[in-house]
Amino acid sequence: MTTANIAKRSVKSKYTAKNGYHVSSKTPWGHPIVYFFSLVLVAICVTPVLYIIFGGFRTNSQITNHPSGLPNPWVVDNYVSVFTSDIFWTELGNSTIVGLATMVGVVVLGIMVSFVIARYKFRYAPLMYALFSAGLMFPMTVGITPLYLLIRNLGLSNSLLGLILPQIAFGLPQTIIILVPFLQSIPDELEEACLLDGCSRLGFFWRMVIPLSMPGVATTGILTFVGSWNAYMLPLFVLSDESKYTLPLGVQMFSSEHSVDTAQVLAFTSLAMLPALICFTIFQKKIVGGLTGAVKG
Amino acid sequence: MATQNNNGATPQARRVKSMSDGKARRNIEIFILSAPAILLFACFVILPIILGAYYGFYQWKGYGSPSQTGKFVGFQNYVTALKDPSFQAAILHTFEVVIGSLVIQAPLAILFALLLNQKFKGRGLIRTLIFVPYVVSEVIVGTGWSLLLQKKGAINEILANFGVDGPDWLADPKIAMFTLLLLISWKYIGFAVILMLAGMQSIPEELYEAARVDGAGFWQMQKSITLPLLAPTLRIWVFLSVIGSLQLFDLVYIVWGKYVSTTAGVSTMATYMVREGRGAGNYGYGSAVALIIFVISLVIALTYQKYVLNRDLDGAVTEQKEAKKRTAKRAKEARRLEAAATASEVK
Repeated sequence: MTTANIAKRSVKSKYTAKNGYHVSSKTPWGHPIVYFFSLVLVAICVTPVLYIIFGGFRTNSQITNHPSGLPNPWVVDNYVSVFTSDIFWTELGNSTIVGLATMVGVVVLGIMVSFVIARYKFRYAPLMYALFSAGLMFPMTVGITPLYLLIRNLGLSNSLLGLILPQIAFGLPQTIIILVPFLQSIPDELEEACLLDGCSRLGFFWRMVIPLSMPGVATTGILTFVGSWNAYMLPLFVLSDESKYTLPLGVQMFSSEHSVDTAQVLAFTSLAMLPALICFTIFQKKIVGGLTGAVKG
Repeated sequence: MATQNNNGATPQARRVKSMSDGKARRNIEIFILSAPAILLFACFVILPIILGAYYGFYQWKGYGSPSQTGKFVGFQNYVTALKDPSFQAAILHTFEVVIGSLVIQAPLAILFALLLNQKFKGRGLIRTLIFVPYVVSEVIVGTGWSLLLQKKGAINEILANFGVDGPDWLADPKIAMFTLLLLISWKYIGFAVILMLAGMQSIPEELYEAARVDGAGFWQMQKSITLPLLAPTLRIWVFLSVIGSLQLFDLVYIVWGKYVSTTAGVSTMATYMVREGRGAGNYGYGSAVALIIFVISLVIALTYQKYVLNRDLDGAVTEQKEAKKRTAKRAKEARRLEAAATASEVK
């Protein structure tokens, strides 16, 4: 109990602490030991990924004879042949469509319902919050078999919409958990001022809430996009036609079809992971910021 | 969208609205804003679980409706599943994963977060890089690691350079579970570290300064300030990790495949469900297994929420009233906080 109280108090003084923090002068160089352990950690995290990328620059005989070696000489044929294959671009397109549509759906519906939960004082608000946060406990796995049958009965099997709609539904809990504290922390004074100026509730939502909740929205949006980009189980159930495959299914099919052509598989694999990696690297700071906001609550 | 803009454009008209009018309007707003999300959520998250409970009573191949094309078998599916040694093994493996990930990841994540919480040049870059495995999809992780870990793969070649005869990481039942835990830790530790970092950064610097003045050493400060104050974050992470482990499917299914996972001793509840359910075309049976997983997860989640998490996460199903009170309190606190923040900004 005491720890919880202290924790709460610590949250209170967070802003002042942080403000003092960020203005502080240049970051110093760290202790060599800090760098040593950091580098070990980074090496463990990154090497397998680099192995995939470098492996794409090797030939099969290089990989078989000397699995842990570096490309010698470097070959670009594998990457070229992936780039010139239709199947890669089709799957990239499918993944992009599904990822963007899921992201937009989750963010739009999520911010709407979070606004209701956070800012309207009505009887069912806590119940709605409980409903969605209960959803956080049940990832898709437990419902996948009946979910697939439902999608099939709705005529959505083997279509991208059959991925997008369930993914939006399953993405909502996380989004709501992150966004509700954000929206609750918008001061009431702001809303009152807005109302005095002749804004409606919805006007307040549109003009103040949406811009103010952008950090949270960015976090949830990117997490949703990456989640959708990497999704495997739902596409595995829903999609049967190769032309509808998303990249994870494509990678798996490609690696079983070309199981002897390891280098080609590695090239395909590394190109498939690139978009999510780039997207994440660009927005990484925002995600951590958004998570900090959510976790402290 | 159109109505919203319209409302914003005619402020005068709205101010004269009567009270009851405002209430009806408010209800309409609530409905419009929340209906789409609730509808979608009910349709694709809640309905399948109810359907699954119904399908679970039938022996059914998935065509037509179970009451016509299937055979009602009562609780037979559940009995069969719980008596099946390979499902029992799968449950055991799943719990090994649950415990194993906690034991391996928690101390490592805290240590790494402590490391990255120091202020030094290049910290941002390192933070980005350790998140790489988390962002890469399970399929890619699985494909890459299964190449690395082959009997004649890169890892064993490196070990051979040191004179170690590397084992068969994936197929040897004695080692496979260990390998799986390594893969899981590699994949998900970045998330744990970032979460812990976020928790550590909300600990006010004054506490450390005060401790330093009192002559506390680095480790002493971590033990008596960081760890206790990190507890809420740690509790949330444990919850997320346990729920994730209970659902583990992708990695095992990709690296080991449907059948090898059983012989190698890494099959999980979810891989069993997919193999025996959709894989074998027994949708009734698959649904029953899914429901068992659901109940196991639910019991664990609710127990954890009731006894451990209820201080940190409101909106728990178990206690709404208290949650409400807490929400109100927190909102008040947040408001004060925000006011203070704006005040200091103005300064």
